[in-house]
This record gives sequence, C-alpha cells and structure tokens, in this order.
Amino acid sequence: MSASLELSLRAAAVAAPAPSRSYWLVVWRQLRHDPMALAAGLVLLIIIGAAVFAPWLAPADPYKASMIKRLLPIGSPCFLLGTDELGRDMLSRLMHGGRLSLLMGVVPVLAAFGIGTAIGLFAGYVGGKVNMVIMRVLDVFYAFPSVLLAVAISGALGPGMSNSLLALTLVFVPQVVRVAESVTTQVRQLDYIEAARMSGAGAFSIIRVHVLGNVLGPVFVYATGLLSVSMILASGLSFLGLGVKPPEPEWGLMLNTLRSAIYVNPWIAALPGALIFVTSIAFNLLADSVRSAMDIRR
Amino acid sequence: MNTTSYSQAPVQDRGGPAQPLLVVRNLKKYFAVRGQPLEKSKKFVHAVDGVSFSVPKGKTLGIVGESGCGKSTTARLIARLMAADSGNMVFDGEGVDEFGGIRLKEFRRSLQMVFQDSFASLNPRLTIAETIAYGPRVHGMPAAEAMRQAHALLARVGLEPAQFASRYPHELSGGQRQRVNIARALAFDPRLVILDEAVAALDKSVQAQVLNLLQELKAERQLTYLFISHDLHVVHYISDYVMVMYLGQVVETGPVERIYGQAAHPYTRALLSAVPSMDPDNRTQASPLAGDPPNPINPPSGCRFHDRCPHAHPVCAAKAPLLIGLPGEPAHQAACHLNDPTSGHPAALTEVQP
Repeated sequence: MSASLELSLRAAAVAAPAPSRSYWLVVWRQLRHDPMALAAGLVLLIIIGAAVFAPWLAPADPYKASMIKRLLPIGSPCFLLGTDELGRDMLSRLMHGGRLSLLMGVVPVLAAFGIGTAIGLFAGYVGGKVNMVIMRVLDVFYAFPSVLLAVAISGALGPGMSNSLLALTLVFVPQVVRVAESVTTQVRQLDYIEAARMSGAGAFSIIRVHVLGNVLGPVFVYATGLLSVSMILASGLSFLGLGVKPPEPEWGLMLNTLRSAIYVNPWIAALPGALIFVTSIAFNLLADSVRSAMDIRR
Repeated sequence: MNTTSYSQAPVQDRGGPAQPLLVVRNLKKYFAVRGQPLEKSKKFVHAVDGVSFSVPKGKTLGIVGESGCGKSTTARLIARLMAADSGNMVFDGEGVDEFGGIRLKEFRRSLQMVFQDSFASLNPRLTIAETIAYGPRVHGMPAAEAMRQAHALLARVGLEPAQFASRYPHELSGGQRQRVNIARALAFDPRLVILDEAVAALDKSVQAQVLNLLQELKAERQLTYLFISHDLHVVHYISDYVMVMYLGQVVETGPVERIYGQAAHPYTRALLSAVPSMDPDNRTQASPLAGDPPNPINPPSGCRFHDRCPHAHPVCAAKAPLLIGLPGEPAHQAACHLNDPTSGHPAALTEVQP
C-alpha cells in the first residue's frame, strides 16, 4: 500500500524514537543552546541574587551616612564602588536599591499580564460590538504616552510606592490587552478552532486548550519586553519624587539625588543609571531569545 | 475502533437504508456587505441561495463549482459552524435542532469535517495524539482511553503511533497532517464526514494516497462523504453523485457518470470542457466560457447563468429555472429551461433526448 511506503520512508529518515516532547521542555532545550539567552540570564541572576540577598551580602549599612566620606571615588578602601553625596556606601545602596527597583519593574508587568490577557482573550474571542467597546475605551488610555500617563496617574493618586505600582499597572494593561486581543482575533479564525467547535467543545474549553496556549506565547514575550520599560518608568517616577521617598535606596531616586554630584564625581553618579541600563538590556535580550525559542515551528 | 465503552455511544442508524443520511432543504445564507457609513440600504452577498439536496447513506456526494460559488459556505452551514438564514436539515429521518428531532449536540457528533488547510486545522501547541484525543475527552472519555484510541486511529490512517503520536504538526508533511485531520474526524465515529477541499492542497501522489485511504475508511466504517472540491478529476474518482453549484445555487445534480457523460446544464458542460485533455490532438481551442462569474451582490435575474450562457434566450432572464428531474432519469436534475418543455425556451427539448 502506498501509505506504508510513505511510512517506511519516513521511518528511515528518523530512526531514533521521539524523546519526551512537552512544549516547555522543547523551549528549554532551545534556550539552553542559545549563548545570548544564557549570558542575559546569568547577568539577571546576579543582579536579582544581589538584590534579594542584599541584607546578608551588602558590606555596609545602606543608610549609614558620613559627612567626611562623601563622594569617595570608585575603588576606595572599604568602599568598593565609592560613596554617594551623603557618604553612604554605594555598593550596599545599589544592592538594596535593586530590591525596590526590580519589584517595581516586575509587579506591574505581572499584574498587567494577568489582567490584560484576561480582557484581551475575552474581547478577542467574543468579538463584535463587545470587542469594539472594550478596545475603544482602552484606546483612550493608549493614546497617551506611557510616561505622561504614569506621571499623571501617579500624581493624581499621590506619591508612594503602592500608588506608583498601581499607576504602572494601569499604564501597561491597555498595551497587553491590545496584543492579547489581536492575537486572539487571529487565532479564533483558524480552522483548528472550528474543528474544536465541531467536536462540540464549549467556549471555555476551547479558550483554555486552543486559544490560551497560542495567545500566551506572544503576550508573554511582549510582557517580558515591558519589564525594562516598567523599571525605567518606575525609576522615572522616583526621580520625580512620585515613587519611593528618600532615604529609601532605589535606583531612580539615587540617580536623582546624585545628579548634583555629576560634576564632582561623574562615575558615581552614573552607576545607578548603568545598572538600570544593564538590567533592562538583559531583560530585553532574554525576552528576544525566549520569543524565538517559543516559536517551535522551525 | 470501539468507542461504545464511553458514556455517549455513537448515534446508530435509525431511518433504514433507503432514508437519505442528510436532506438539506432550501438552505440560504446572505452576508451583509459593509457599505458606505451613511448608506441606508444594506447590500447582501447571496452566498448560498436556496440550496436543496440529499446525500444517500454510504455514498459520496461531490460538490463542484468555481471559487466563490458557495461550496464552502454550504459545508459550514451544514456543520452549523455558521447559522443559516433559513432552511432546514433532516439527518437520517430526524429534523436537526427541531422539536422532536435530533439534538444539535448529537448531530454535531455524527458529523465531522476535514478542512483544506491541514496546518491551520491543527493546534500548533498540541501533539497530534493530543489533538485527536481532545474531542473525545471533551465528551467525557477518560484521558488514558482517549489516548489509546488516538494511537489506534493514528495507526489506522497509516501513521505509526510510536513514531508520530508525540510529534507537533509542523514536524509532519502536508499529507501526514491531513491523515491526522482525518483521524481526528474519525474519533467520534461520525456517520457523515464533510471533506472541504481536503486534498486540494496536497500534491498529486499524496492526493491519491489520501483518496485511497478515504475510500478504505468509507467502506470499513459505513461513512457517508460530502466531498467539496474544485478538482473535477478527483470528484469524478471519489463521488457517487455530483452536485454542480453556480453563484450560490444548484444548477445540476445527478449520478456521477450521468454528470460526466451527459451533462444537461450548459454550465456543467462548460465546466467539464475546461478540463485540459491529455491528448494533444484534442486540445481545447476556444475558451468554453467568456467573462467572470457575475457579482453575487447583485446576481442576474432569472437564470443566474443567462449572461454567460451560449443558449440564452429572453425567457432565461425573465424567470428562474427550477431544478427538475430529466425525462426518464429523475435522479438527474438540472436547473435549465432547455430541459423543461414547458419553459417557453424555443430550443427546449420536447421529448427524451439520447
């Protein structure tokens, strides 16, 4: 029979039996062989590790100021990365600062990812007028530049960390919804959704098994890209005095307070900015690698 | 494969052998066309306009026609993937979704569909065994049993389960993917399978293999096929009956050899003469038809084919021909005034023609 011919040809081409093929395992195998992903992951691991374990790892108290030891250069004895404008140890402050900065980078994105995906899936799957109403309302938010919107909401709610977290979440939700909605609309029209409907599956089951799995990938990648934006916006809010309050160490706030020292010791003043830069680049590179690894049809 | 062990056994034969498996009556679907924002009167594409036919049990009805003639819309209406504007269906003697008839859920399980795009019809994130097992699991089959059945179905369609079960769709060839789609359709033990251009995207040799598989499965499982295609050779090969559609209407229907041998409608004849001949001495010289099909938004009055028909007469523009049985061959029906002695067309046949 001709079918068995095709089969045996195929069998000859791939003699080895297929290994375990769970989707995330395939993605992980891809990532493991991607040097860029490994490098970015390592950098992030170090930064996150330093932030998480700051209370135990930091060489000095990040709040202990000294009028004599102000703005010591990088590499001074006892102060590996020098001191800031109040004589506090930069290394310790950067490590402690990472806790807040990373938190403000990750939490709004996670929240927006969850809320935005849910709204986007709903709008995309239901379609029609419901979709139009949801999307037009969100377009109003979308029309403002992120920075302006974050500052406006944060300013209206008043300074403080929880308010800036809320503001950032509100900024990101419409963006995530847009991506989730457009991917859902695309997926919904595919034949495999129709085939699932033919099998008598309910809308909930179809969304869970067939839509969510195919929408989550692109939305996840988009959200990973937002991590760096969120960190930068959070730093910006702190810089403007809308986020974290001094003397709390936070990279954006440190950038602000060290601004006055930029002519005295520019290297010290650049340190928090450099960390923000490195962290967001690492997030972006990792997001890029994850994007290509998640596209298993290659 | 025996699926009777799970809660909902497949629907059994009820109407007896003489009852057509599916009878479709006067199916209509108009799509609203988005016009200018300030335009009041809405325009409609007459995608399917009063289509009636029946599919005998265990037979294959081939539906042919040009692109845009409503073949696929008809399939989607039957499968209830789309709501029809009007018309009703009788499945094995029972009205579909009518009071006292077969419930929609049960009807859906008795009917499955294989789509043209073998890639788009498989979820890229599920392995092919998971895809096949999904439907039965939705209906409450335990996971292990659904998986076992999926493996058996894969083996039946010619894909070695040990090799293929845990593969993803992108790792298969087009022919293999279409076999998976067939296996998924069979997972319900359906009685009617709609094949919407199911082999159109495959190359010729693979097409032949899949067609042979379909023929084997049909005999083995007493399936009835609705085979939609624009490929006249394939339809000739696989069909028992053929239905020709033009602009959302049935122009001719009948046993396959009658249609291919003694087509009664000028459109069918034009369609068949457009098939290239294998004999170089017998090549088609003049194009059998001029022009494009008319716009389905404003279909021509009377017979929709009259503006392209070589036998057109004023009566054709004035009144629409009915789909009537040919003299002496009631199973062969054509919607053309030429075949109706009472139509008033001067060239209409007056007696049985050879």
